[in-house]
Amino acid sequence: MNILAIDTSNQVMGVAVWKDGELKAEYTANMKRNHSVGLMPSIDHIMRETNIMPSELDRIAVAKGPGSYTGVRIGLATAKTMAWTLQIPIVSVSSLELLAHNVSHQPHFICPFFDARRGLVYTGLYQAKEGHISLVEKEQNILLSTWLEQVREKEQPVMFLSQDMSYHRDTIVRTMGDQAIFPSPALHIPRPGVLAYLATFYEIADTHALTPNYIRLVEAEANWLKEQERKQNG
Amino acid sequence: MSEYILGIETSCDETAAAIVKDGKEIVSNVVASQIESHKRFGGVVPEVASRHHVEHITLVLEETFAQAGLTMKEMAAVTVTEGPGLVGALLVGVNTAKALAFAHGKPLIGVHHIAGHIYANRLVKEFDFPVLALVVSGGHTELILMKEHGNFEIIGETRDDAAGEAYDKIARTLKLPYPGGPKIDQLSAEGTESIDFPRAWLEEGSFDFSFSGLKSSVINTLHNAKQRGENLKEKDIAASFQASVVDVLVEKTYRAAKKYGVKQVIVAGGVAANRGLRVAMNEKFEEEELELMFPPLKLCTDNAAMVAAAGSVAYHQGHRADWDLNANPSLSLERYATRGK
Ligand SMILES: [Zn+2]
Repeated sequence: MNILAIDTSNQVMGVAVWKDGELKAEYTANMKRNHSVGLMPSIDHIMRETNIMPSELDRIAVAKGPGSYTGVRIGLATAKTMAWTLQIPIVSVSSLELLAHNVSHQPHFICPFFDARRGLVYTGLYQAKEGHISLVEKEQNILLSTWLEQVREKEQPVMFLSQDMSYHRDTIVRTMGDQAIFPSPALHIPRPGVLAYLATFYEIADTHALTPNYIRLVEAEANWLKEQERKQNG
Repeated sequence: MSEYILGIETSCDETAAAIVKDGKEIVSNVVASQIESHKRFGGVVPEVASRHHVEHITLVLEETFAQAGLTMKEMAAVTVTEGPGLVGALLVGVNTAKALAFAHGKPLIGVHHIAGHIYANRLVKEFDFPVLALVVSGGHTELILMKEHGNFEIIGETRDDAAGEAYDKIARTLKLPYPGGPKIDQLSAEGTESIDFPRAWLEEGSFDFSFSGLKSSVINTLHNAKQRGENLKEKDIAASFQASVVDVLVEKTYRAAKKYGVKQVIVAGGVAANRGLRVAMNEKFEEEELELMFPPLKLCTDNAAMVAAAGSVAYHQGHRADWDLNANPSLSLERYATRGK
């Protein structure tokens, strides 16, 4: 099965090609760059390198967020369109879950998170069992301080993963103390190769209906919903 | 053999795709409007628009190809609005176009949104150069001179608000439902021009526009009337406001048409649907030996057939975008016209 994997959901941009039952190539750039400019040249490059034509693809994998709204849409627009036009299945993976997979070989709780400004993060709590990842606490957009109080109550070690660790490490250590585990820096970067692998067995999505995993409503929409509720309760 | 061009347009709140044959004939033209969604907010919310584009784009494409009975294999090129517009919204179209072009090994071409609005008219009738285009919409008020295909010279533009923007603001002041422009046009037809609002002619010979003074004048008039306990009729305000906008648009277009000796005058963009403007333009140009053209209503508002029509010319002129094509929210028309030259 030939798979093209795409992740532009956060600062990291990643593309990978899975071919003949193995990861053939992956390219990851962890730089503040415009994914709209960089993505297609990278796809073009990696497909040339692995000698595969678009028509030979069997599946598209995409990281669907949470993350940068714009970044997520660049990935989704590209992935959905390719899957639709090549008439091949698409598999989407939560960007948090994808990151959690970097440490799926150890027994502790896994807490991947992305900075969401003003003290907020996108996060969720996972646990690995025999190479599989399960969600223990649902993905949410929450104040890191509030989240850490909740996670601490597990009274067990938690492994933290984030590209934005430098801003938040002190806060985590202050709340969690010895409960916090920080793996090696390279493991904080999501891997498009892992995304490609997950696509070999993850559930296939409906291409048209696939939408980003924003987690957060648009502010105008949230306000509008509140207003409707207020009116209803009169 | 016929040449088919695919167009994609997502610069604001319409998700659109179209297939155009030989640059002049619409084969299919699909527009998914988000107007119902944005009504809730009284205007377009960019993030909401971008989210809808991702939800709709592959469905719109599917419908476009189904209606045409064609596939990507038959397309000569993929063309897409690269700017100007809302950046988040543009990005969805640009990346969709890149994915399509890449997947099928087709040329990719970026198109300027205003070039699209002008070329909407070529889907009705072939250009007869020199052409003068008045492009009026929510984001634009421009007078553009074209001496040949792909050549665009801005001879006048707005210094503050676009005409459509002024309409929207006055509509909001009058508490009319979104979108307010058509509503004002409708009210105008019933009202009389009882208030003499200012006309901004600017310097002698200038083809530029300005609508901010008019907007303030309307708001002040309403405010003063309220303080005096006077009740101004909504429809009379609408009629007086519209008369001021239309007067300036018509007169400046007329003077520019004379100065440059054009053979065709095209009125394009969302405001070209305005009845008041159509009537006044027709009256002014009635005696003239030139052709006055308004694209049909569904080609005035944002659509992708216009993008494919403009893209077809760019295709023949040899323009090709690379895989690093990006959305450019403030793309200049003149820079676009002279690229690669
Ligand atoms: Zn427009």
